[in-house]
Amino acid sequence: MIHQYKSNGFNIVLDVESGAVHIVDDVAYDLIPLMEERPDIDIREAASLTGNKYGEEELKEAISEINRLREEGTLYAKDIYEPYVDKFSESKAKDPVVKAMCLHIAHDCNLRCKYCFAEEGEYHGRRALMSFEVGAKALDYLIEHSGNRRNLEVDFFGGEPTMNFEVVKKLVEYGRSKEKEFNKNFRFTLTTNGVLLNDEMLEFANKEMGNLVLSIDGRKEVNDRMRPTATGTGSYDIILPKFLKAAELREQKNYYVRGTYTHYNRDFAADVLHLNDLGFEQISVEPVVCDPKEPYALKEEDLDTLLEQYDILAEEVIKRRKSGKFINFFHFMIDLKGGPCIAKRLSGCGSGGEYISVTPWGDIYPCHQFTGEEKFLMGNVFEGIKNDKIAALFASSNVYTKEECKACFAKFYCSGGCAANSYHATGDINGNYTLGCTLQRKRIECAIMIKAALADEEDFNDKQENTSIAAD
Amino acid sequence: MKHIRTLNTRDYKKSMAKGGCGECQTSCQSACKTSCTVGNQSCENKKR
Repeated sequence: MIHQYKSNGFNIVLDVESGAVHIVDDVAYDLIPLMEERPDIDIREAASLTGNKYGEEELKEAISEINRLREEGTLYAKDIYEPYVDKFSESKAKDPVVKAMCLHIAHDCNLRCKYCFAEEGEYHGRRALMSFEVGAKALDYLIEHSGNRRNLEVDFFGGEPTMNFEVVKKLVEYGRSKEKEFNKNFRFTLTTNGVLLNDEMLEFANKEMGNLVLSIDGRKEVNDRMRPTATGTGSYDIILPKFLKAAELREQKNYYVRGTYTHYNRDFAADVLHLNDLGFEQISVEPVVCDPKEPYALKEEDLDTLLEQYDILAEEVIKRRKSGKFINFFHFMIDLKGGPCIAKRLSGCGSGGEYISVTPWGDIYPCHQFTGEEKFLMGNVFEGIKNDKIAALFASSNVYTKEECKACFAKFYCSGGCAANSYHATGDINGNYTLGCTLQRKRIECAIMIKAALADEEDFNDKQENTSIAAD
Repeated sequence: MKHIRTLNTRDYKKSMAKGGCGECQTSCQSACKTSCTVGNQSCENKKR
């Protein structure tokens, strides 16, 4: 499948099944769709079908180049992966491996964020803090079910994990004490709203957390509207100095400031740039996911504005990087050369299989977004997986089980998208959250355009994008 | 080539041979939590 588009002065052609990205001139751009089924196209016919805009010589050259790429397998490559993914899914179902865990260390929160899918930390359930015993059992479960995987990821999540920080510290110590014996390497992440973050916590996080996710939405008025404290005052002034300190102490690596944009700030590019202007270099700002009836929900009629915002942001990212001011926007990150293998691209985020979430009392769910939805309760860390049907459903879900994904150019970048978003939008994890898909496709187009624009920049590789991969 | 410039990308077909080691980062452990960002991740297979 070919996907071609024009962006910021570039003609871009994606050969979806090989993963190749071509930057082409106008004549090649016009010829590529015409030649998919016609490698031996006649020059006169090519001239006529392209509106007699091009000379014979340039048509000949472009035809020859297109056919060369066809022979090399980087243009018009066929989709050969469906049998491969079937084999892969069978082995996943037969021999499941867990390698990443979202540990709900606190189902409680000291902010009252209006869009919170965790419902102020409670996840449709009760307020609770995870005990060390449950957490240790969860880490044991992870080690025991991780097979040959060496790198194990644990995200201390909530609610707000700093409300139970002593347990976080003890669990890190416990995990580290098991690494050598089982030949594992724990990569810990802390996701925090920053309210309780203090110097001691930061010091601990810098020593032990491979990644730190700091929640802030952008401009003060935007943040404070959606992220108030329990008394209704804004959180921006409380958290900002702490986050700036955290970013500085981490030398602008292995962290993200992470925000959510809603219907209220459709001009979200300004929030991303505001965060960069404040001094943050690693930034993620994502579309809100919520009940469409909420007043802050994104709507179909917002799409034109939102797509334009990504264009504005992409152009500004290029401008800033070229001028020597670094900014990494998480959703424009794309590793073309060293990105995931096709097996990973087909199988997605791993929710309900490689990736699970664990509640404060030890229940296992397919991921943090399913936590508390009893239908998706898989088991617990004491007795293991009890609901094999849920495990099998997630193991069998991939790009090819989603009808609408098969024909989408983005399928090997988003891997079929988020199962929770699909479920919440359509009632089926193999459905499609169409609004999210439209935004995702736009982000991929922008990300690739940025690669094209910066490909010649000598300084592009001097400062790398945040990979969030901690050193072993 | 005069009309086409190809960016350096990973060949998916070739990655079938040694892919699937599973050592790479889970996308939701990075910074998303509400979308799927597999394409953002880097391969960590040292033998690829």
